[in-house]
Amino acid sequence: MGEAIVITSGKGGVGKTTTSANIGTALALQGKKVCLVDTDIGLRNLDVVMGLENRIIYDLVDVVEGRCKIHQALVKDKRFEDLLYLLPAAQTVDKSAVTPEQMHKLITELKQDYDYIVIDCPAGIEQGFQNAIAGADRAIVVTTPEVSAVRDADRIIGLLEKSNSIESPKLVINRIRNHMMKTGDMLDVDEITTHLSIELIGIVADDEEVIKASNHGEPIALNPNSKASIAYRNIARRILGESIPLQPLEEKNKSVFGKIKQFFGVR
Amino acid sequence: MKKRQNVTIKGTKDGIVLHLDDSCSYYELKKELDEKLSENQRTQAEHQLTPVKVDVGNRYLNDAQREEIKDLIRQKKNLVVGEIESNVVTKAEVDKLKAENEVVTVSRIIRSGQVLEVPGDLLLIGDVNPGGTVIAGGNIFIMGALKGIAHAGVFGNDQAVITASSMQPSQLRISDCLNRAPDNAKNNDKREMECAYIDESHQIIVDRLQVLIQLRPNLNRFEGGH
Repeated sequence: MGEAIVITSGKGGVGKTTTSANIGTALALQGKKVCLVDTDIGLRNLDVVMGLENRIIYDLVDVVEGRCKIHQALVKDKRFEDLLYLLPAAQTVDKSAVTPEQMHKLITELKQDYDYIVIDCPAGIEQGFQNAIAGADRAIVVTTPEVSAVRDADRIIGLLEKSNSIESPKLVINRIRNHMMKTGDMLDVDEITTHLSIELIGIVADDEEVIKASNHGEPIALNPNSKASIAYRNIARRILGESIPLQPLEEKNKSVFGKIKQFFGVR
Repeated sequence: MKKRQNVTIKGTKDGIVLHLDDSCSYYELKKELDEKLSENQRTQAEHQLTPVKVDVGNRYLNDAQREEIKDLIRQKKNLVVGEIESNVVTKAEVDKLKAENEVVTVSRIIRSGQVLEVPGDLLLIGDVNPGGTVIAGGNIFIMGALKGIAHAGVFGNDQAVITASSMQPSQLRISDCLNRAPDNAKNNDKREMECAYIDESHQIIVDRLQVLIQLRPNLNRFEGGH
């Protein structure tokens, strides 16, 4: 029996879909059988980020309404040997096409066959959110070091705590710009963690590679050389229960040139 | 056989006290009260207003009945009703009174969009985050950081206070007073162990916690000791 993890944030554009795709990929890299579920019905993105858009035949709404079996709708990621699957959202209808009860039933069914179900939640706190959390056992709240994102994360945590079936949510701080944190122009990690007072499960630096990878339909977690990739892999390992210290944000400039740049404050 | 009096009139130096019997029917009582007061009126020729206190003993009067008795007395010249005293209160009233005097302890974080409301005093072990609200009929004591809205004395208690270990509220409200954070607040000065209260000019003042010892001695519920 697997576990369902919902990735949520409240605010839009903080990186829920990217985080879902990469945590799912990283879990698969660890040898777990993973199913990604996109619940952003009407505004689906996860398939694009995963590069699986062209292979969609049936979607989540088709499954819920009985037009096909679950396994017919699941899109297999060929990069992995039978480890990573995607259940895409429908694009032609909206969030009211599915009820939380139907979602709960669907997720429970998926849990039979997979180790981890990663649910990508839509922005907002309306029915889409209620659908996404309906079948979840755990929750990961994604935020960025911005006051508005932290405020919305706070609201979401409040709503998650109200639903008794989900254990206490974990926090991912995304898009960290180290130089802005240092100058105090951005909220720092400690500030956000004490404010939200939930357990921090990972920090991800702002990295152009992430955007590039998403546009190519290849999750960054597949690229072992990127900092963001390591951050996502670490999150996956922490989900599996390993205790791994947080990556230092400090960039170590190895080259002499880098040191000189640092000396003059050039980035 | 002489009928037992249902209404006894006593004069004191503070005015008249009406003792109303609590074993007769309300209808009888009203009738007799009317008669008594009417005959009494004739003997008094003064133009001064006489305050009247009504003691109804172990009789429960609902609000309508209280008004009726008051009206009855007011109709007679020279009489002003001060208060109606009764030994009896309803269970609902007692529960309300008890709730208003109770300190409710809550241990959680009040997050954005959440509202916590208690009838009496609130002791919060945790923070109030921005966008969160705590409301109390009495005082609010916050062991953590207050960054949201706190409203003490919501039923109109001007004596209510708000205390917090870290005072960075977006808004403070006590009774009908309101105070909001300055728009260009500096975050670097730490505001620790502070309290808010209403001063004589009906303004909310934020000051160090210790001033309450002088200003609100009634906060002290501890009796005895040295």
